[in-house]
Amino acid sequence: MTVAIEARVTKRYGAREVLHDATLTVRAGTVHALVGENGAGKSTLVKVIAGVVRAESGALAVAGKSVVLGSWDRKQARAAGIGIVQQHGASAQTLSVVENAVLGAEGGPVLSLAGPAAKLRALGAQIGLPIDPAARVEDLGLGAAQRAEIVAALHHGATTLILDEPTAVLAPVEVESLLATLRALAAEGKTIVIVTHKLDEVRAVADAVTVLRDGSTVATFEGTPDVAAIARAMVGEEMPRPMPLEPPPPTAPRALSVDTLSVGRDLSAVSLDVKRGEIVGVAGVDGNGQRELVLAIAGLVKSRGTVRIGDRDASRDSPARRLAAGLAHIPEDRQHGGLIADLTVAENLALNRKDITGRFQIDRDAVRRNAVKRIAELDIRPADSDAIVRELSGGNQQKVVVGRELSRPNLRVVVAAQPTRGVDLGAVAKLHDRLRAAAKAGAGVLVVSADLDELLALCHRIVVLLRGRVVGGLAADELRAASAREQLGLFMTGGAKEGAA
Amino acid sequence: MSRRIAPSTRRELEAAAIALLASVAVGSLLMVIYGVAPGRVWLAMLEETTRDPYAFGEMLYRATGLVLCGLSVALALDAGLFNIGAEGQMTAGVLACAVVGAALPSDTPSFIAIPICLAAAAGGGAAIGALVGVLRAKRNAHEVITSIMLNYIVAGVALWIGNAVLFRGGTTRGGQIVDGAKLPDLGLSGSAANWSIAIAIVMVVLLAWLRSRTTWGQAWRAVGRDPEAARSVGISVGRIQIMVMTGAGALAGLAAANFVMGHKHAFEEGLGRNTGFIGISVALLGRTNPVGVAFAAIALGFLSAGGLAVGHVVPKELTEMLQGVVVLAVAISSVWVHRRAIAGERPPSEKVAA
Repeated sequence: MTVAIEARVTKRYGAREVLHDATLTVRAGTVHALVGENGAGKSTLVKVIAGVVRAESGALAVAGKSVVLGSWDRKQARAAGIGIVQQHGASAQTLSVVENAVLGAEGGPVLSLAGPAAKLRALGAQIGLPIDPAARVEDLGLGAAQRAEIVAALHHGATTLILDEPTAVLAPVEVESLLATLRALAAEGKTIVIVTHKLDEVRAVADAVTVLRDGSTVATFEGTPDVAAIARAMVGEEMPRPMPLEPPPPTAPRALSVDTLSVGRDLSAVSLDVKRGEIVGVAGVDGNGQRELVLAIAGLVKSRGTVRIGDRDASRDSPARRLAAGLAHIPEDRQHGGLIADLTVAENLALNRKDITGRFQIDRDAVRRNAVKRIAELDIRPADSDAIVRELSGGNQQKVVVGRELSRPNLRVVVAAQPTRGVDLGAVAKLHDRLRAAAKAGAGVLVVSADLDELLALCHRIVVLLRGRVVGGLAADELRAASAREQLGLFMTGGAKEGAA
Repeated sequence: MSRRIAPSTRRELEAAAIALLASVAVGSLLMVIYGVAPGRVWLAMLEETTRDPYAFGEMLYRATGLVLCGLSVALALDAGLFNIGAEGQMTAGVLACAVVGAALPSDTPSFIAIPICLAAAAGGGAAIGALVGVLRAKRNAHEVITSIMLNYIVAGVALWIGNAVLFRGGTTRGGQIVDGAKLPDLGLSGSAANWSIAIAIVMVVLLAWLRSRTTWGQAWRAVGRDPEAARSVGISVGRIQIMVMTGAGALAGLAAANFVMGHKHAFEEGLGRNTGFIGISVALLGRTNPVGVAFAAIALGFLSAGGLAVGHVVPKELTEMLQGVVVLAVAISSVWVHRRAIAGERPPSEKVAA
């Protein structure tokens, strides 16, 4: 069997070595998973291979032919048949799918789109990734935009397709269909490299697995993946086991109650309660009203209906009032909503926290003490309160958000949206620990997540949103049943009869 | 733990330094084209402005107005608002200050007249700034548009009021402010430099303190960098925008202390003209940092006063052009430095605190 890619790469950013002789060998016609925690260097490695970033030293052979890494760029990589779909997409949002597809490969000053559009449509249909070439990328969901990029890459003649965390933003159904497509492509002889840190996906799709840790390749596996062994290789230790959390007594008072809450046409008359000490999950395919539910509870969008925090009717309260009433809000997008990326860790941990800073003049000692405490509590790295948040990894940024929100005085309600999206395994465990601890201390916790495993690991109860409505849910005893995932999946996709939690 | 310069601060310093060097280079090129030796001109500018008390004073006079207008633009920019209206806010301050100063009883003592006139100056500018802030916060009208338009409106209204009420028989000069409201000059060979420079310095210190040491500063910096995040932690973005624009207007208005109370002692058509616009350059060159703004104001004051002082060697238009070159250089260098920072974007570093 031929080797599609053989790489050995060392890459520095400034003084820091992000890849140290990392190796990757991918056989042609296979699906190869590249796994590792955030910051392990996965993205950098595939970017080097695809010619997106340049490496300092190393060697790369594509289909058996050595290339010169020092001058390796995207254009050469594309010519050599390497396509890449990057983590957050690389499409121009205001252009159409077909315009993006021909971008950089126009071949002349006069643009002809009809031909490429027809080819894209046909290609998409053929491989089971239907796309609309005329649609603007900004109008597409994340899943559809990603499909378009995959089809475009194949349209350019990619024989090796690299996908960097393609499932991070997809709903479970979309994930399944994407993985099926990848298998089909491999069966046709394409080579697939998939970067991920979700081991169930690895199990579902990969022929071989390479594990990166701290910029080096620590293990490779062939054949049916041994998930436990992979996980051990990734984190370098046994995975921490979640501690089970006792559900609150039925008589526990309500921490949060939401009654017929509606936001435009995105959220329709949603009612739910969270008791003190309880963790309730909200499942659903992205874009079914979860975002609006969280924003409405936090008072960040106009809504109808009532939101009670403890005994207080907070429906008309400003966001600040709600926070003062005991709400903590972990927003969906930490980069844009949870943190001020240009401020320091200490500043972010005390952002508008007058209980720490003081009302007017900032008590800098208190801000520093608070930062030191949160850094230790959540194991934020680097352990430097003056580090600029932008320079932290995603997982550590999320720890900063969680550290600030869960340390609010008189915490009654925690609303966490996608609390561990794009976060590495070690950090996930830490973040889950903090959410459990908040519930144990008497707060009601509402977790919105596209990741069913996360909800099943955390929650006492799960409700499912579909098209802005609660369409069903599972109570505590149902969650332990073997069929729980399937049940939730049916609710999420509208395949189940409506029923209340 | 030893203090280290944050990477972001270092980038700002780099951007400003590169811009200044580039401006000097472009200026030198212009001088060569004009046919004079750049080295000689720069040296002469330095010599004049440091050795000749009059030229030094003129530099300080210009810098004083520029610091206040620069702080105005910088404060707004720090909160994510581009205040193109410092010029109009300054004019409103000049008008209010001169009118109030002239209307006071002639025997008003300084300790009453000066605070009243300062309040009028700040209030005049603040009123215009507040209007921009309210339009932005409540109606989402872009501050660039509204503040530019208000520049014209204020200039027109000021001239109209001047013509209709203030200007004395055939002149474009209004009545004198009372003696008690006058700020003494610094006694630098009859130059316009006056004690309003103390007000400028106080404002630099005050703003630097507010910015880094108070919850207000934290809130406006948060709003300027990520309004979504600011909102989600309970900061009222609209309220901050209104407060900041009011403050920015007040700072620009305070430039009247320099022009009216310290120098001309009356409302004059065109008094302080362009200081508000050059204040934009000052804020950009100072990278929105109050202390940076102070240095930038001195640099541009130097170009302006130094340019006049060497007027017999190179035309003053050349040094005026340089003020524009500075802005271009700042814009380009900051993009360049920023891009380099992104190119060198570091994934999570395990850097050990020194």
